[in-house]
Amino acid sequence: MLKILKYSFYDLMRSRWSYVYFLFYLVLGFVLLFLNNDVSKAVITLMNIIIVLVPLIGTIFGVMYYYNSKEFTELLLAQPIKRSSIFLGQYFGVAGSLTLSLVLGLGIPFVLYGLFKSDVIFNFTLLLITGAFLTLIFTVLAFIIAISNENKIKGFGYAVLTWLFLAVIYDGLFLMSLIIFEEYPLDSLSLGAILFNPIDLARTLILLKLDISALLGYTGAVFKQFFGTNLGLFISMGVLILWTVLPIGWLTFKAKHKDF
Amino acid sequence: MIQVESLYKKFGKNKVLEGLDLHIQNGGIFAILGPNGSGKTTLIKAILGMVLPNKGKISVLGDSIKNKWKYRQEIEYLPQIANFPGNLKVKELITMIKDLRNKPSEESHLITLFGLEPFLDKKLANLSGGTKQKVNIVLTFMFNSPIIILDEPTNGLDPQAVIHLKELIQKEKQKGKTILVTSHIMQFVEEVADNIVYLLEGKIYFKGSIAELMKMTDQVDFEHAIATIANTKTNA
Amino acid sequence: MYKINRILLFIILAIGCSIQAKTIPVCVSCAVTSIKAGIAIAKDCDTLLIKKGTYKEYNILVDKPLTIIGEDFPVIDGEDKGEIIRIVSDEVTIDGLFIINVGTSYTSDYAAIRVVKSEHFLIQNVVLEKLFFGIYLEKSNNGKVYHNKIIGDAVDEYNSGNGIQLWYSKNIEVDRNIVQGVRDGIYLEFSDNITINNNISTKNLRYGLHFMFSNDDTYSNNTFENNGAGVAVMFSKRVKMYNNIFKKNWGTAAFGILLKEINDSEISGNIFEENTIGINIEGSNRINYTNNSFINNGWAVKVRGACYENKFTKNNFMYNSFDISYNSNLNDNVFDQNYWSEYTGYDLDKNGIGDVPYRPVKLFSYIVNRTPETIVLLRSLFMDIIDFSEKVSPVFTPDNLLDANPLMKKIK
Repeated sequence: MLKILKYSFYDLMRSRWSYVYFLFYLVLGFVLLFLNNDVSKAVITLMNIIIVLVPLIGTIFGVMYYYNSKEFTELLLAQPIKRSSIFLGQYFGVAGSLTLSLVLGLGIPFVLYGLFKSDVIFNFTLLLITGAFLTLIFTVLAFIIAISNENKIKGFGYAVLTWLFLAVIYDGLFLMSLIIFEEYPLDSLSLGAILFNPIDLARTLILLKLDISALLGYTGAVFKQFFGTNLGLFISMGVLILWTVLPIGWLTFKAKHKDF
Repeated sequence: MIQVESLYKKFGKNKVLEGLDLHIQNGGIFAILGPNGSGKTTLIKAILGMVLPNKGKISVLGDSIKNKWKYRQEIEYLPQIANFPGNLKVKELITMIKDLRNKPSEESHLITLFGLEPFLDKKLANLSGGTKQKVNIVLTFMFNSPIIILDEPTNGLDPQAVIHLKELIQKEKQKGKTILVTSHIMQFVEEVADNIVYLLEGKIYFKGSIAELMKMTDQVDFEHAIATIANTKTNA
Repeated sequence: MYKINRILLFIILAIGCSIQAKTIPVCVSCAVTSIKAGIAIAKDCDTLLIKKGTYKEYNILVDKPLTIIGEDFPVIDGEDKGEIIRIVSDEVTIDGLFIINVGTSYTSDYAAIRVVKSEHFLIQNVVLEKLFFGIYLEKSNNGKVYHNKIIGDAVDEYNSGNGIQLWYSKNIEVDRNIVQGVRDGIYLEFSDNITINNNISTKNLRYGLHFMFSNDDTYSNNTFENNGAGVAVMFSKRVKMYNNIFKKNWGTAAFGILLKEINDSEISGNIFEENTIGINIEGSNRINYTNNSFINNGWAVKVRGACYENKFTKNNFMYNSFDISYNSNLNDNVFDQNYWSEYTGYDLDKNGIGDVPYRPVKLFSYIVNRTPETIVLLRSLFMDIIDFSEKVSPVFTPDNLLDANPLMKKIK
């Protein structure tokens, strides 16, 4: 697997898109910092970008890479290599290079700006960690969608729909159900709903840092336990890890049972 | 060497292989023939483990290949369409395959043979179909494995290269290897193959030497013999 | 001339006192071994010098003008039996004592030091621990509570007392005290013209500072951090609040300041940082908010109920989850020339003022007021989209609530 990972990674490092992605974040970082002149504000803006754009880019990039590297995959399938290694290698190659672009692209401007001297370093690190998780999750979702659809256009369509659903529509439905059932105790329901959407989970993790003052204003006991202690952090992290590991398992299963 | 027992495979509703049995002994060149869509490529891919059969058993070198991958170390495969990752250079591709197979290889004389030196530093995306096929051939023949599978090896090759290819195949045969070939070019098949395996409707319709085939079909010419098989079946 | 006369008068008085006055040392090996005995033999204007040691005494009554000074912080241990020092005379100074173990009672408010109907007192450099009430001023005027340290260990509101309590007292200065771990750090009731400066009130069960029915008071340069519910200013008029720091008051009903029925006041130069609610305003009118900074609060300002003619000018609103929240769509308050970190407008004419108005009330804050659980959707893209649409055409939020001149740079 490591060999495949290496080749996929090299392959991506040479592709234009990784640079576009890297440059995008680099420019974004610099623009945010040097136009605003304010690390805290930049972190908040970044957070909005990360929970929306990172999943989108992971999704599109994952689908694109899968379809574009079909030849490579077929070449590898005839080689004495385990199937799961081929797909996991490619997956980690893509997810790894995307994560690297994200971390370096955002990291460099922030470090140059004096991140280490600023007190937002923990928030920033948390932001990068959630960004990395979102990349891992949405790339694997994209791979699963691509592997299940021979038709490129269909695959792209489903992938973008998945993103749209998790990034926007899910929260809309979530909000509507909260308002409709507002007479009932909704603590557990609303926390439960968060767990089923990786974007909401990532958002929650960041909220725990940036908006804890507001979160603690709510009376519910379950909320208090979730947000007031480290429980929320652990649960969100744990479920995010599940969100990464389970789809990867699914991808391996799909890869094992597919004809090429 | 290769044993296929009652192999079934369908893609959706399309039944491609229906209870195919095939036994290929040690050594010799076997041409796998059949009309379009008769399951040649599916059979080859099943042997390579790229297509998973619905039913049936395949053994290579005496062992079942189900859920195995190491046996592919013993097979060289030349795919039908030479699709390579476009942004790799030829040299890098060769190095990569060597790295992946982790076996001794002798690519240098093959590169000279097919005149690929000027292309070594070019990206695969910029190569012509014929040159790609030459690279494909180099990748296939540079290792020393007991089984070689060639899917349409002559695709896009110039006559010179075809001659080199034939020589190569003969040389490998003399080493006692088992070689499976598919091709549309009957002349090529006639020149190279010792045995014919003819697939029809997902089963082996004929298996034997060219002489036997001609005898069976009452034809003096190989190409016509093949055509006759196809006709008898469709007319029947 | 008047001033010089006063100084002269003071000097004469002081000398007059000091001419007759003597110093009575109190210690285990001295002639006088207890504070009570010392007070009994002392004459007016005398000084009791309490040497280092532990004095197990309570109900010490100071009924003549005395100066009681501790040397190296002598400990007065009340052994949980009741009140420790009660001052009923004018011109009393208490300095440098370490008072512990004040008795707890459900019927009377035992204090470490209680001043009753006296004037011109000075209580300074006193350390109080294990207390019920700390310093209790009752109908006493013109005194000073300076540089004391009150460290409580209160757990429940019902059986704990306040650090410094003023009841019907006027013209008092409360300066440089540290109060923590009591019910209310500083509590004022019916006390006017009080100045509260440079105090640090933290980790108190209820309020860091609590005003009730007290007018014309000023508090400035104080720090209120991590109190159960912040600072409450209720039913008072003309209160001035300058340059204080309100920090980390977290919880369901926690805020930097709670203003309830407050009129004609000034809130200026304060910093509100990481509070669940920066300022919670209920029924308060004609208050000027200027040069305050609201940083990282859940809600910077929450307006409930009838609040009229409040003016918010030149404040910084930075990185708050919500800047302003209203529970109705009526507005009679003015927001002008504030800096809003969320402002995304532009300034083409480069005059430092954004060319498009800023609307500080989000639709989402309205939704959260209605269904609090929706708070978990904070910063969701979906919310940003509906907030944006509400911004374009306000339906649920007051449409005249806007800052027409949002500043481009924050106020230093």
